[in-house]
Formats: sequence, C-alpha cells, structure tokens
Amino acid sequence: MKSAIHDYLRPKKKFPHVWCPGCGHGIILASIVRAIEAAGKNRDEVVVVSGIGCSSRAPVYVDFSSIHSTHGRALTFATGVKVANPKLTVIVISGDGDGMAIGGNHFIHACRRNIDLTMIVFNNNIYGMTGGQASPTMPQGDYASTAPFGTLERPFDVCKLANASGANFVARGVVTSPIPLEKHIKKGIEKKGFSVIDVAETCPTIYNFFNKTGNPLKMMKDLKAKAIPVQKANTMTEEELKGKIVTGVFADRYYPDFTTSYDKIIMDSAKRSMKDEESI
Amino acid sequence: MLFYKLYKDADGRKVGFVQGNEACVEAALLAGMRFFAGYPITPSSEIAAVSAEKLPMLGGRFIQMEDEISSMGAIIGGSMTGKKTMTATSGPGFSLKQENLGYAIINEVPCVIVNVQRGGPSTGLPTQIAQADVMQARWGTHGDHPIIAISPASVSQVVTSTIRAFNLAEKYRTPVILLMDETLGHMREKIVLPREDEIELIDRKQTEDTPEEFKPFATKHGDVPLFAPYGKGYRYNITGLIHDEAGFPTTKTDEVVSLLDRLHSKINDNLDDIVEVCEFQTEDADTLLVSFGSATRSCISAMEKGRAEGKKIGVLQLLTVWPFAEKQIVKLTEKIKNVFVVEMNMGQIIGEVSRCSHRDAVVTGINKYNGIYITPQEILEKVKESR
Repeated sequence: MKSAIHDYLRPKKKFPHVWCPGCGHGIILASIVRAIEAAGKNRDEVVVVSGIGCSSRAPVYVDFSSIHSTHGRALTFATGVKVANPKLTVIVISGDGDGMAIGGNHFIHACRRNIDLTMIVFNNNIYGMTGGQASPTMPQGDYASTAPFGTLERPFDVCKLANASGANFVARGVVTSPIPLEKHIKKGIEKKGFSVIDVAETCPTIYNFFNKTGNPLKMMKDLKAKAIPVQKANTMTEEELKGKIVTGVFADRYYPDFTTSYDKIIMDSAKRSMKDEESI
Repeated sequence: MLFYKLYKDADGRKVGFVQGNEACVEAALLAGMRFFAGYPITPSSEIAAVSAEKLPMLGGRFIQMEDEISSMGAIIGGSMTGKKTMTATSGPGFSLKQENLGYAIINEVPCVIVNVQRGGPSTGLPTQIAQADVMQARWGTHGDHPIIAISPASVSQVVTSTIRAFNLAEKYRTPVILLMDETLGHMREKIVLPREDEIELIDRKQTEDTPEEFKPFATKHGDVPLFAPYGKGYRYNITGLIHDEAGFPTTKTDEVVSLLDRLHSKINDNLDDIVEVCEFQTEDADTLLVSFGSATRSCISAMEKGRAEGKKIGVLQLLTVWPFAEKQIVKLTEKIKNVFVVEMNMGQIIGEVSRCSHRDAVVTGINKYNGIYITPQEILEKVKESR
C-alpha cells in the first residue's frame, strides 16, 4: 500500500538521506507528514522551517516550501514567515542542540509570544552532525566528545520549559510509539498558538559510540521501556521516575495567539489612520 | 507615540520637520515596507517605534523580537512570503546580525538593514556619532560575498536613500544596508515626501513558470533569479548551504563556482546602476574632499568657507559606499591630486580611495573619532596644515 509519505516526498528526491541506519529521525518526519495530512492542510500553504543539524535536514526531503535556516534560528525565520503571512501553516523542525542551546532564547520567547507555530524537537540528547558533543538535554553523567568524564550539567526538560514559558500546547511523544506521536503533532498543528512536541528518540551511531548503549534495536527497546504515560507517572514517586521519560500532553490552553491579536491592532489602526488623514 | 507630525502642502506632498530615523520609516512605508522586525538599540530605536505605530495603519505588521539575531531571521522569513521587510540597529546589533545577513545574501532574499552607527568597538559610545562600521558593512559576514551599502548625509537624503535601498534590494534580490549615523538619525530637518505618483518603485520580478518548471535559483532569465512567494503553490527549498538552481545542497565544484560567481556578477556587472555619488564643485577643484554620510555636510561647509578664501576645494560624497565608486575615484584623481578622505573613524574608506586613486595623487585622512561631530573648521585646518 502506498502511504501518505510517498506522496509527500520531493518529486526529484534528494535521496539517499543523510541519516544513519537505525536513526529515529525518519519515524518523526513520517509522523509529521501524516499529521499534516490528517489535519487537512493544503500543502501549498505549509512552510517547514529548520535550523542546523541532522534533524534540520528533514525539510529537504519533503514536498513543502522549506527553509533550512541557520543554527538555532529556525524559530526566528518561522516567526517572520508567520507574522508576514498569517494564513500559512508554519512547522518548525529542530534538534535538542539547535533548539535548546543556541536557539534556547528564541524557544522560550516563542512560547511567551504564543505565536501560531508548531515546533517538533527531534530530541536524541546529543549533537550528532558535529560528532557527539553534550547537548542541553543529555542526562547528567552521560558521555560525549566534550564530556569525556561524563557531563556535569543537568538537562533541560523541554516540556517543562515550554509549559512554564506559556506555550498553548505542550506534549511529548516517543519514536517507538508513532501513533500517539502523530496525534500530538496533529493536535499541535490544529492548535492556535505555539505548540511544542518534544520527541524522545535515539542516536545509535554517536550516542552509542560514547555511551555503549547497544545496537539500534536495543536502544529502541530500552527507550520504549523508559517511556511512561503522564497519567501513570502522576501516581509514581520521584525515585521511581528516575531515568524515565514521561510522555503525553502537559499543556493544552487557549490563550490568544500573536497574529490573531495583531489583526485586531490592524483593524483599529486603519480606523485611526483615516481620522489622521482628515486632520491633515 | 509619534513625536512629529506631517502636513500636506499645496501640491499634496506630505511635509514635516522630522528626525532622520523618523524620515527613514516614512520613506520605507512609501517604498512598500509592510513588515518590520527589530530590537531596541540606541541610536536607532525611533525606527522601530515609528514602524510599530505606522505599519498596522497600512495593514502591515511589526514585531519586537527577543534579540538582534532573531530580528534579522524574521525579516528574511517575512521576505520569503513576498513582503518588503526591514530591520534597524546600531553597531552591537549589526555585529549580531552578520550570520543571518550572509544567509540573505546566499539565498538572494531582498531586505533592508538600517545601521545607525555609533562609536565602537563593543558598547562603545551608544549615544554618539561614529562612522566606523564601513568595513563591517562590507566584510562583516563570513565568506566571499557582494554587498550594497548606501550612506545618506541629510534627512531628505534619508528619504531618497531609503526608497532606493528597497528598490535595489528588490531589483537585485539582495540585502541592502542603509548606513546612517547617530547625528543623522537624531537631527531634525524639513522633508518633503514625494507623492506616490512621483516615485518609481521596483518590485522583485515574479516567475511565470509553472510550479513544476520553477527553479528558485534558475539563471535562464539572467543573473537575478525570478521569485515565487511562499504559499502560492511553489514548494521549494532554500538553504544556507551552497545550493544548485533547484535550491538543494550541492558540493559539485562547478555548481559551487557558478553560484558564487553569479552572486558577485549580478552586482558587479551593474555598477553604473548601483553606484551613486554626488559631486560638489569638482570641475575646477585642485583639492578633493571624499566623504560619506553626515560628515559630508561639514565637507560641503568647509568647501564653501575654503572657496571664500580662494581655495579651490571640491567634494565627492560616496552616496553608495559599497560597491565602491572605483571608476569615479579614478576619473577625479586624474586631474585632482590633493585628496583628503574625511571620515569619523580611524581611517577605513581611505584604503579604498588610495587603492583607486591615480599614482600621483596624495591621499590624506582627516579623521575624528571622539564621539563629537566633525566641524568644517577642523576639516579646513587639516587641509591647510597639509599644504
């Protein structure tokens, strides 16, 4: 059976892709494509914006208008697209290094601004493309090329950060469960305001190289075992939750989004400017 | 809140007594700016404030971003939807914008970046004048690249230069830098805005290809590719990587070279259209003052004072600072051998002037960089000392 994904791959395909065998990025990209289709979006009115890194190569492969922007700045380009033309559906693809370190300031401000974008964080806890440096979501004590004695820093929880910063919709999926992941992304696209979907995944090449986490299959199995639905997590103690990844929806709010609010300013200003013209 | 008011004169033109920064926004709106993203920074903040007030009146949109980098990213994203976009900043912010400026260059995204220069380096002299970002405007972003930078000298020149900046950005699909300075940004002068029927506006040429045929960086129509706004059925990719005509990353050596060559040739083959200078009494001059931006004003006064004393001084204003007015310097220094380069920095554009001047010309710098505007007397004294 031909799936939606084939229909959305770029006609002159830019394949083979850059991702390693066993990488989770393909699963997430496929979930995004299915979610866009399920949300009933006209593909001509979708713009996919990414930054720099393995995950940020994703837009090249799919048939939407796309901006492969600069490192950490996907949200800034996306904000420009959305504000300049609010009719467009704008989806942001970013990695945990791109989105949470160099792009971390843009992230919290996009949440605060509650601008109608959907951001999907391909979160594999490491910088893959540059050879395995510690990322801001790397669990404390794990190894990386820049953390040969184990990383000293505590990781960001992407969802807690987004929730506290005011995003309208915050959820976490995991690559080993693509169906709920797709649902979260669809909900995010449909939601007015800023939506964040953090996706827990694996990097079987680089993460495994520094942390001996095993082959891709083992890493996927381990990841699946770590994933705990938020409802269940709510009944567990902090000790029990150590090393687990809590999945599900963390925020689902209805605060007015930036561009809708701005439309009201335009309406009011038009009236005011007519009065000004008369007084000249 | 606006701190100026425009009135209509008998010919239906808007007139006012406004700051350079305010004039910049009025002209940008006339030129068709409909999206502005910015971040607060002295001495350019009025540009953001006036944009915030006026853009929504015309159905345009303003956003205050979280930093300088994001403002630059946002105007690139906005421009990809087909809107004319602008941001404004000063030295420290201009430094931060450089990476994304390169992105706009390589992806041929029209946009205008205003740099109201102040003293540097670093935080420098936030409220005082300098013209020390000339070389940064040229070479601030990494890699080989062309750039267009325009430097007006009066508030009414801010109006014409801003409109021109948008027109050049659209015509050549490139970011254009409007190099102002603190004095120009904050001084008030009378302006008469042209009526809409009096200005020629250029919009980037749109493709007539079908989405299937369309290539975002196709060269079949010349060095400047035709544009398709996002959201209209042309689903294409742009990337900061070296890309092929279809917009996809490439490392093929011939494609690398053809992209870099074309980015340069689309500017360098059109210098007669892009490079604009103003000459003042150069016909009989034996001494030439070369300047740009607000320092030009003191040069003109120095010229007038000098001529009253019998000194044959002429002035060349580099209205277009980049690309450099090589041809004009070559021609003028064939007959004028006594050349002074007046700039409010420690000597930046003088290197270019020396490079292009006749070998018999003596090129001397007149520089002031203490944060205080250079006076005609100071220039005249330096000219006399050198004799």
